[in-house]
Amino acid sequence: MSEHYYNSQDLPKFFNVVDFQKEMGEKFFSYYGEVFKDSALTAREKSLIALAVAHAVQCPYCIDAYSNDAFEKGWNEAQMMEAVHVACAVRGGASLVHGVQMMNKVKEIAM
Amino acid sequence: MIKSLKAQNSFLADTREQIEIIEHGQSGDFTLVLFQEKLEQSNLYPLQPTQIEIFQVNIGKMCNQTCRHCHVDAGPDRQEIMTTETMLQCLEVLKHNPQLKIVDLTGGAPEMNPNFRWFVEELRKLDRHVIVRCNLTIILANKKYHDLPEFYKLHNIEVVCSLPFYTQDRTDRQRGSGVFEDSIKALQMLNEVGYGKEETSLILNMVYNPAGAFLPPLQVSLEKEYKEALMEQFGIVFNNLFVITNMPISRYLDYLLTSGNYESYMEKLVNAYNPVAAANVMCRNTISIGWDGYLYDCDFNQMLDLKVNSSGTHISDFNINELNKRDIIVGQHCYGCTAGSGSSCGGAVV
Repeated sequence: MSEHYYNSQDLPKFFNVVDFQKEMGEKFFSYYGEVFKDSALTAREKSLIALAVAHAVQCPYCIDAYSNDAFEKGWNEAQMMEAVHVACAVRGGASLVHGVQMMNKVKEIAM
Repeated sequence: MIKSLKAQNSFLADTREQIEIIEHGQSGDFTLVLFQEKLEQSNLYPLQPTQIEIFQVNIGKMCNQTCRHCHVDAGPDRQEIMTTETMLQCLEVLKHNPQLKIVDLTGGAPEMNPNFRWFVEELRKLDRHVIVRCNLTIILANKKYHDLPEFYKLHNIEVVCSLPFYTQDRTDRQRGSGVFEDSIKALQMLNEVGYGKEETSLILNMVYNPAGAFLPPLQVSLEKEYKEALMEQFGIVFNNLFVITNMPISRYLDYLLTSGNYESYMEKLVNAYNPVAAANVMCRNTISIGWDGYLYDCDFNQMLDLKVNSSGTHISDFNINELNKRDIIVGQHCYGCTAGSGSSCGGAVV
């Protein structure tokens, strides 16, 4: 193992995962390619969604890849940062909305 | 406005320094797969012309802009422009070589050459399809250029104009403050005389190139976005969008080096090598003529001062049969034309 869990040089090796499991790997990449094509949503719109999701799942490889891809596809800095804020807001909201459960529980047990 | 590399006395103004970096990196030990090897693997080496049909003439390095990505290092401080004598030699060559069907005029801003209009008129008398690569802002730069749209129309010129992006921030970042606004006004003037409109035969094509160290997106998708955005915001129409990859030459090379992006950009280009694009590179059907009449495989080799590998290297020795048999000079910069969907003066090649 290397000294770091994450290494930027590993990103281009992503496709090598098929070396250990060819059939599943190839199916995944075929599906992945299909997902990011222009369809009901444009490839450009999907790129911005991917950037937000990359931040939500906190994947450094995905953040590297989709920062490049979204900027290449014409999104500007402010738009990309707003997408990150959307991820942040949903993540934050996901924690906060559980506060209702906490409130329900406390109300249940409190005098 | 920034000065050209030449006016700044930058070491990159020396083409030998540029070639050294392109081939070996700034540290001297940056190694990538040689472009020649890639061509060999694609059964394309030595690269040879299919048939020369496009006669691309760079009529000068003088320009009203100093764009950060410019591979010509053009600008207002550049004085090198083609003389009438060299233009006459070009006309003579065209007269005797009818297979050279298209004449593509570039620069700098080609319109700044005082003999530009005369040259265009003479080219049209020879019944050649003439393309002018217009930076748009030249139309508004001085009163004497305001009638360029009418001039282009009168001679049925195909106008290929530069608009790096359909938003102000990206365009001005690459080409200078205020360029986007002037470009939009110029496009509206071209539309007013009929350019880009379906009901006319006046062709208005547009060029995109990335404002940074990244590759262009798919031409077909971006063209749709350009058309929608320019119509919605400014009522502008045009025919086709040409997506062009920035070449690691001259001022773009300077940008890559100073921003620390050189090696990663070259790696991107190499990783995106496409053998189908390699088979369709523009140097196979184009000959490039410099402001001083020397012959090159393309405008990029011209800027690196890599003259054609043929018995005659000047317009005064032009021999199409010899040129059609020559080996095209390739280097690591050629990866710029073979990445992804490929890149040429007419956009993607795949």
